This record gives sequence, structure tokens and C-alpha cells, in this order.
Amino acid sequence: MEKYELTCIQCPIGCPLSVTVDGQTVAVTGNTCPRGAIYGEKEVTAPTRTVTSTVPVTGGVIARVSVKTASDVAKGKVLEVMRAIRCAVVTAPVYSGDVIVTDAAGTGVDVIATKTVLRRG
Amino acid sequence: MKQHDIVIIGGGPAGLAAAVAAWDAGVRDVLILERDDSLGGILNQCIHNGFGLHTFKEELTGPEYADRFVRQVEERGIPYKLRTIVADVSPERDVLYVNSEEGAVSVRAGAVILAMGCRERPRGALGLPGFRPAGVYTAGTAQRLMNIEGCRVGKEVVILGSGDIGLIMARRMTLEGATVKLVAELMPYSGGLKRNIVQCLDDYGIPLRLSHTVTRIHGKERVEAVTIAAVDEARRPIPGTEETYTCDTLLLSCGLLPENELSKKAGVRLSRVTGGPEVDDSLETSVAGVFACGNVLHVHDLVDFVSEEAARAGRQAAAYVGGTSARQGRTVTIRAENGVRYTVPQRLNMTDEPEPVTLRFRVGDVYRDRSLVVRAGERELRRVKKRILTPGEMGELTLPAAVLAGLEAGAEIRVGLED
Amino acid sequence: MERYDFDVCVVGAGVVGAATARELSRYDLRLCVLEKEEDVCSGTSKANSGIAHAGFDPETDSWMARLNVRGAELIRELCGPLDFAYRQNGALVLCFDEEEIPALRALYERGLRNGVSDLRLITGEEARRLEPALSEQVCAALYAPTSGIVCPFGMTLAFAENAADNGAVFRFLTEVTGIARDGEGYCLQTNRGPVRARFVVNAAGLYSDTIHNLVSAHKISVTPRRGEYMIFDQEVGGLVSATIFQMPGKQGKGVLVTPTVHGNLMIGPNAESIDDKEDTETTRAGTDEIARRARLSVPDLPLNRVITGFSGLRAHGTTGDFILGEVEDAPGFFDAAAIESPGLTSAPAIGEYLAGLIAERAGARKKEDFLAVRKGIPEVAKLPPEERAALIARRPDYGRIVCRCESVSEGEIVDAIERTLGARSMDGVKRRVRQGMGRCQAGFCTPRTMELLAEHLHIPLEKVTKNRPGSELIKE
Repeated sequence: MEKYELTCIQCPIGCPLSVTVDGQTVAVTGNTCPRGAIYGEKEVTAPTRTVTSTVPVTGGVIARVSVKTASDVAKGKVLEVMRAIRCAVVTAPVYSGDVIVTDAAGTGVDVIATKTVLRRG
Repeated sequence: MKQHDIVIIGGGPAGLAAAVAAWDAGVRDVLILERDDSLGGILNQCIHNGFGLHTFKEELTGPEYADRFVRQVEERGIPYKLRTIVADVSPERDVLYVNSEEGAVSVRAGAVILAMGCRERPRGALGLPGFRPAGVYTAGTAQRLMNIEGCRVGKEVVILGSGDIGLIMARRMTLEGATVKLVAELMPYSGGLKRNIVQCLDDYGIPLRLSHTVTRIHGKERVEAVTIAAVDEARRPIPGTEETYTCDTLLLSCGLLPENELSKKAGVRLSRVTGGPEVDDSLETSVAGVFACGNVLHVHDLVDFVSEEAARAGRQAAAYVGGTSARQGRTVTIRAENGVRYTVPQRLNMTDEPEPVTLRFRVGDVYRDRSLVVRAGERELRRVKKRILTPGEMGELTLPAAVLAGLEAGAEIRVGLED
Repeated sequence: MERYDFDVCVVGAGVVGAATARELSRYDLRLCVLEKEEDVCSGTSKANSGIAHAGFDPETDSWMARLNVRGAELIRELCGPLDFAYRQNGALVLCFDEEEIPALRALYERGLRNGVSDLRLITGEEARRLEPALSEQVCAALYAPTSGIVCPFGMTLAFAENAADNGAVFRFLTEVTGIARDGEGYCLQTNRGPVRARFVVNAAGLYSDTIHNLVSAHKISVTPRRGEYMIFDQEVGGLVSATIFQMPGKQGKGVLVTPTVHGNLMIGPNAESIDDKEDTETTRAGTDEIARRARLSVPDLPLNRVITGFSGLRAHGTTGDFILGEVEDAPGFFDAAAIESPGLTSAPAIGEYLAGLIAERAGARKKEDFLAVRKGIPEVAKLPPEERAALIARRPDYGRIVCRCESVSEGEIVDAIERTLGARSMDGVKRRVRQGMGRCQAGFCTPRTMELLAEHLHIPLEKVTKNRPGSELIKE
């Protein structure tokens, strides 16, 4: 049996949650609404995050384009996704939504541009 | 002198939303003046996600959120000037702007919308003792250097202040390979959003030390270390609690200040609490035809509220230049009290057919299980139970039309916390 | 081949070194100025009260008294042709205690003996009429209308640039590590190789003892005495119009409250003897002390409008006076040592005096083509809109504002980097055009200024420094 102490972020109250995992059973206490229970369970069993960063652009009106994972990735994969993003370089023009890294770090999630960077000149 | 119906100073989220709303209210001669290279303001460097949940019901990054509004401006063909600084605004709404292409140009505006945003409180204003080496940055400056210029600002970092930009930068720098040793916060609570504390600090095991401050910056050329100490209730460092952390960078996230130098030139009366103009419910300042919205008015926590507020300013400015302003010269003042630091607006226009008014406010401390009560004299106009109120989060309260209809002109209503 | 690289080598490019070089550059002498930092005005000259003192304070017949009064005259004379900021705003010395009035009178009489004009003793009432922000406790004051305020960077830069325009060679990041007799002159060892000169001027500020002691058996000592200051937002810059001193008393010389030439309000300094000549730390105790003492003069100081603080080190000597002139056992070696207050005011007079001595010894003649005028960088935002527009039409980069608080354009920053003895660092830009000196303290304009430095110095962004090497802004 494992026990986790979390702060719920579903609203400003920030309830202190205690989550216990016993095999297949997950129990959340300390929440004051059902959203807290759902959040607590997900944070412990399958937490996910969106990763955002920037990538250098060659020949663009600005030097870098901002990017994000097209959807959340497993929290444990965040640093690997960052490494994949750090290797990327793109050439202008880049349009918001363009795929910059395909299937980042084997997550099945693409990294996409969040900004349009047109060619210089 | 050239004339425009509405001149908007600032092309960040507030200015953009105000422009779109003014246009949609029928004004076709709107001009946006923006000092930077592109529209979007500070959102351009806020590459993280979490924007737009209220406005678009989806989670966007800063550039994406900005782009939604930039597109609306482009679709309507609203003109804007980039790399253009406003040097002066007169009470008669003459706006002097400067740029490379046109030099220094004066235009007369039917209405002016102030949307200049805010700045960060710098080291000097915090009075942090020690040397003055390279490596001390406000969090927003570091954010720009990293996200726009692509520079590594530092490798070992201490952050003073737990404002949202500082928290966001703690995560950002960690992801770029830096070690963030701790975040020290002078107050006994964080000024940042709970979500940011969890996802930017807790996720990476970065400690948050409440009631702590920096007492010394070491290093003649580059930051070499900082000493932090616990503070007492008067926020004075407690001798003997000092701890020194080696680091090469100190980031400061110690509050934002509305940037109202132009507002003062226009003769606009400012609130001592917000640092922004005092406005009525149409977001008009003490100077007729000059409106304010966004962080120049009061510092917001979410950009969604900036957009909403700015759209109101845009519509009201349009009504002002169209001569359809509902203003009839009868007003009610609003006083914040008992833990409520301020409200925006600070006064209401009384009309024959009032519309509901949304008050935004902040509290001065962390409060649990209190009632937010609105009174006129002894009469209770509205009472709302709140589970929690924190200084970091902006509160919102709507006064229904029926409540407003019963008010006398010249009255004062009070907004405060009660048990 | 010529034995000496230069006729005169000045050690130190602070205000004294720069003023001396400027005066020497009138003559047909080959001049060199060695500076250990990356820019002029990097030591004591950069962090002080910025006062052009009237001259009532120093003991009559001292170097300090004579050169102060003459220096103040020269500053008034030169601020026009050399285009640096100076304003004669007057000064008041406040007396808070009836019992101290005799001492105030003594100060007045000393001022008369020193040749200070227009001095007046006034009542507390009169003082408050002149300066309504003054404390009710003020019972009398000495009014010195000839006192002024000056931009220490602006003045030092003006002297240095004018000297360079007249042929003086400046070598930065060049530290003198040894001096040996070399024939009639000297050979100075530096981290960048030897420099031979017939005459040497020691204007090394805090290190003027070290430089002196390299050549003379009569040792001198200069100790750092630290003073802390606070600068207030320009919005409250008009709180006082004159410089407000306090009667020197048991607590030392007192803390001043003054406007600056750029419209800020400034308070300071305290005086703390320390050991380390590099220790420019500010302290909480020091900040508290100057605030407390300044409030004696001006009770309603808006301490919430402080935008920055700094500390400066005075080059405090042991003789109570400047150490000036040819060193007895080192012919051709001239001291300008232990230059503390009123050193900034005296600097042009020190330069005039030393240059005269050296020119005579060298048998030098005045140059016919001496450029007596130097033009500063235009303050574009202060021009009327039509002139500003005309300037922008010629130079579009004057229309692009980088520093919004001080309204500094890209063009002015480029000028700061590209002109004679141009800026090599962020602080260098700041001292020339005030970029980053405003209320946001460079929060917004740092990135663009870094880019402009990188572009115009042809260095990568990572090499841009705040000041001396090691102060790179980016940590790779």
C-alpha cells in the first residue's frame, strides 16, 4: 500500500488530499468535492502534463518559435520530451499548429508550433 | 491635427480586445499604438499553457491566446502601428506618438483607451542589500531572454517572490537544465496560483520557503550566492536564521505595478491601492473620454479577465464617441473595507435602466469561510459565502440590476468581509 | 627610436584622470591614460553625491579649499562647451539646535575666507520658505546660492572624450602592476605590457596609495570609506530644489537630500570605514541609517518611491587634505592622491594645476588646433516635437524607443557605443544615455540593449557584460 500527499488544483481552495493506492484500489480523502477525488486519483495513477518550450528558427523574422505537445504526455516523460525538443531546428516559415517533432520521445504525441514565424525579408 | 475616433495605447491582450469590441460596436476609426515589434504584448513570451479556459473553453499557450485576438483585429482590418511609443497624452485627448517612419506625430482622439500594462518591481525598489552584480533579473526579463532571445540566463538559481511569473520561470529554467534551489517568499502565503505551485514547484521538488527574504547578494561581477533569512511578523529579517545558497542567478518575482506614467500626463486620477486609474462601471477614468483596462487598471491574475474587461472598455468608448453613453452624471461610490483591498470599478453610474455590474476585487490576506457583503448604509445589498479568498486570486462579484435600481445618487456602498 | 612611448601617462580614468588628461591635451604632448576597468568613471567617480560644492566647507588655505572654489568656477565655465549636465541649484546647511548657530556662523565665515560668493545666514522660517519640505526643527541655515549639481558620469565622459578628441590615447582593462625609473622618466608595468613615459600622473583614486608607494619612500595610505545612497523616482524629484546639507556634528558630516541633474531625488551618504577597496555592498543598516538621518531634514521622505540604492567608496587620506603635486623623491611623478570630497568639484582645477606644472617642466607649447568644444549625445525625447521629428527623419533609429522609463532611443544607445571612447558594457551605455536608470531599472530594455552592444561591438550575446569581464549577463 502506498500513500501520497497532494494539493488539489481544481479550484483556489487547494484541498490537501491524501491518496492511498492498494493494488487496484485508489482511495482519496481530504477532498471537499468530487472533482478533487478525480484529480487525486489521476495524479497518482496516470499524471499527465503539457510540455511547452521554444525551438530555433532559421531565416525567420524572429529567432525562435514557441512549441507545445499537441496533448498531455505522461508526467514521467516530460524530461525526455524536452530532450527531443532541444534537438529540433526549423526553417521559416513556420505556422502555428505545424508539427515540429513527430511522436516526441515515443509518447505518440507530436510537438507543434504555437506561433507563426514568417520568413525574414 | 489628424483625428481618430478611438486611439488605443497598447497592443497587448487588453488593447486588442478593446479594439475588437469597439469595432464591433460600430466604430470604424480605431487606431492601436504598440511599442513592441509585434502585437500581443507580454503574451508573446508566455509560452506556457493555461490561458483561455474561460474565454475559449480550451487551454492555450500565451502566443496562441494572443493570436486569436490578433486575427480578429486583422480580419476587421483595424489599423495598428508597431514600434511606436506614445510620448504624451493630454487631458484634451491629444496623443503624441513617436516612431521611426513618421517621427513625432500628434493626433486628437475622440476617446482614448489606456492599455499599457504593468511592469515588475525591480531590485532597487525592494532594497535588497549586497553587491550589484550581473545575474539579478526580474522574472519577466529572464523570461524574455529565454523565450524570445533563446539565452540561458543562469545555471543555479534562487527565486525571490512567488508571483506567477517566478513560479513559471522556476519550471522553465529547470526544464532547460538549470537547478532552481528554492523560492523564497516574504509573505506567509504565496502570491501565485495554486496550480502553478503544484505544477511548477512541487513537480520538480523545488522548495517554497514562506516568510523568508534575501538579506544579502554576494559576488562582485556575477552573483555567487545569496543569503536568505526568515522574517518576523513585521517582515524584518530575524537575526540568526540566515542561510547562504551558492547560485549564479537571482530572479525576482515580487509584484507587478500598473504603468501609469501616461495616465498621469493625461490628468487621470489614480487609486493609491491599485496604482491604476479610478474608474466607473464603464471603465472611464476621471478624465472624460479616457478609458482604462487590463493590467494598467489593476493587476489581473488571468488574461481571460483582461480580455473581458477590455471588451467592456471598448464598447463603452464606442458609446462615448457615438454619443450613446448611458452616463447621466449621477454616481455612487464604492468603498472597500474589512479585508477587501480594492474594487474595480470604484464608482457606478446611476441610470434609469441599470444593467448588472461586475465588481472585481482583491483581498489583503488569506481568509477562509467568510462572507463577502455589500452594504449601502446599514442595508445589506448582497451577501456571498466564500470558502477561501487569497491575495493572489482576483475575486468577482455581480451586483444585479434590481439592487442597483434602489440606490440613491451620491450614496456610498461598501464591500467587505464579514464572519 | 624614441625612448618613451608617451610624454605623459595618467594612471586612472576617473574624473581626476580625465580632467587632467583634458587639460594636458591642450599642449603638444603625447598622452596616454591607463584604466584598469573597461570604461572611464568606474570607481569613486561613479558613485558619489554629484555636488559641485560652493566651497565653504574645507579649511581655508588647504588644497581642498582653493581647488574647490576654482573647480566650481571651471565646472560652470565648461558645462556649456563640453556639453555636460550641470545646474546651479543652491545649497542649504541646516542647523537644528540653537546652540549650534555659532558653528554655523563659523562655517559662513570660513566660506567668506575661502572666497565663496553670495553666502547668507538665514532663519529657519526663511529656509522653509525656500524649501517647504524642510523640517520644523530647522532653526537656522547657511544658504549658498552658488552650489550646484552635476552628472558625475557626464562630466567625466566629457573630459575624457574631449581629451581623446585632442589626441589622448586611452587604454582600458590595463592595470599598472609596477613602476620603475627609466632614464629621466618611468616604465610602467601593466597586465598588457610596459608603457614608458617621461611624466606620470597618479590619479588612481582608491589605489593612489599603491601607485604612489611604487615610486616613493615616503609612503601614503588611502582607506576606503563607504557611503550608501538611495535614488527616488523622478515623480518626487521636486521635493526639494536646493541641495540640503546638515550641520556637521557629533554624528559626522550629516546626510544630504538633493535633486539630481536628471530630476531624481537622492539621499545619502553615511560614512563607514572598511578594509576592502572593492566592497561596494549596500547594507540594510546603512539604508536604514541614511533614511533615518535624511528624515531629520525632510520628514516626509516618500521612501516607497525609492527606485534604487548604491554605495560608493571615498578615497580617504590620512593628511586631511588632497595629496597633490610632484613627489619629492620621484621627479616627474605627480600625485593626485587621496582625492575625496570635494574631489569631484575640484577635479577640473586639479587637472588645470597639474597640467600647468607638467607643461612647464616639459617645456610644452599649447596646440593651435586644440578642440575646446565637445558635443554630447542628443537627448532626443527632450527636444520639441518638430525638432525631434526632423532628427528622426535623418536618423530613423532616434525614433525607436528602447528604454521607455527614460525615453532613450535606439539611436542614442548606438551613439553611446559608437562614439569616441564608446561604451563597452551595459553600465557604459547606462552612464552615457541613462538607459535602464528609470523606475523599471532596465527590466524592459535589457534584452534590446544587449543585442545592440553585441551587434555594434561585433561580439556574441554571451560576451556582453554588465561592466568588467566576469560580469557577463548570460551564463553559458
